[in-house]
Amino acid sequence: MTLSAADFAFVSALVRREAAIVLAPGKEYLVEARLIPVARQVGASGVAEFLANLQRRPNAADQRRVIDALTTNETSWFRDREPFTALSDVVLPELARTRGPANRRIRLWSAASSSGQEAYSLAITLQEHLAPGWTYEIVGSDISTEMIKRAELAEYSQVEVNRGLPATQLVQYFERAGAHWRVTPGLRRNVSFKLMNLTAPLPPMPPFDVIFLRNVLIYFDVATKKAVLRNVARLLRPDGWLFLGAAETTIGIDDNYERVAAGRTSAYRVRNAVPVGAARKG
Amino acid sequence: MVIDDSRAMRMILKRIVAKLNFEAIEAADGQEALDLLATMTEVPELALIDWNMPNMNGLEFVTKVRAEGRLREMTLVMVTTESEQSQIVRALAAGAHEYVIKPFTEGAMIEKLALLGLVPTGVNS
Repeated sequence: MTLSAADFAFVSALVRREAAIVLAPGKEYLVEARLIPVARQVGASGVAEFLANLQRRPNAADQRRVIDALTTNETSWFRDREPFTALSDVVLPELARTRGPANRRIRLWSAASSSGQEAYSLAITLQEHLAPGWTYEIVGSDISTEMIKRAELAEYSQVEVNRGLPATQLVQYFERAGAHWRVTPGLRRNVSFKLMNLTAPLPPMPPFDVIFLRNVLIYFDVATKKAVLRNVARLLRPDGWLFLGAAETTIGIDDNYERVAAGRTSAYRVRNAVPVGAARKG
Repeated sequence: MVIDDSRAMRMILKRIVAKLNFEAIEAADGQEALDLLATMTEVPELALIDWNMPNMNGLEFVTKVRAEGRLREMTLVMVTTESEQSQIVRALAAGAHEYVIKPFTEGAMIEKLALLGLVPTGVNS
């Protein structure tokens, strides 16, 4: 399934030439994952066939597809759906069951929040599923100042709001701002964004109940993955939940985490850290 | 069923739904769509509906479909340049299940149909 060395070299040369992006060895999986939809779109049987055709018959349209696939910050609302469903159907009920009445505030972190769709999707989920009497706070973080500004502005184009956002939620949680749509103040109030480099020491923050760290680790080598997961574990409450991307895992990288079922997806919890009496299973 | 007065748009939509294994029939406006539906024994699963069309617009079509029990199972998706919040609310209130604003990408359309459970597993945007 993994890309051949020759194919990877071809794609690396192409994106370096056209977009000045350097794909380090070890990113074969990422390239493959990003090109699968492209191959499908052009009717190739797979990435290998698509790249073979492109090398045999170079053409600007397909080259552009490759570059876009590897450079576009593509973010949908409720991306992959399942983690958001797990949050509403598994995590929130468990917190409601195990937390005492004195601690009815939930903190979530959308790490590598890009233009903010994930953080606001989390806010919508909580708005709709949090039990009465609970409050919430969401922190988004990104390495790019540009993305932090965009996320704080919370304005999205027509094309962006089409991506995975149900129309009922569009009209409920957004308002028109010229040609764009802006997240309502009621939702923005609970969401803030911080500039943060996940591979550097993290700033002091109160711990989180839920951390979404999705499709971030795939960009890092194993040593960096270990460092990021170690940093993140310190910011996860003992009964907290970590959600990774569908193609990511802590297994073989950091044994402090335990993979647990969470609805139709998996989440990770810090081993031996759950207080007595708290449910362990997802 | 693809209902749009633009032939080009009907082609685009037909191509997308074909990827989801839908066989699409076309109508150029709401009235033509209703006439066609009246002749069909099997009701289509999905209708993609433009708003502004001659003879009968998309909103009227949605309202009429919702009033007819035989067509109750049809999933109705507005696909239109109408992008005012109030228009979206009107369409949803009339009984549309989803709303896609033009212009849209193929991926966005497939994601919307996935929300409605109309995308078979293995098909990605």
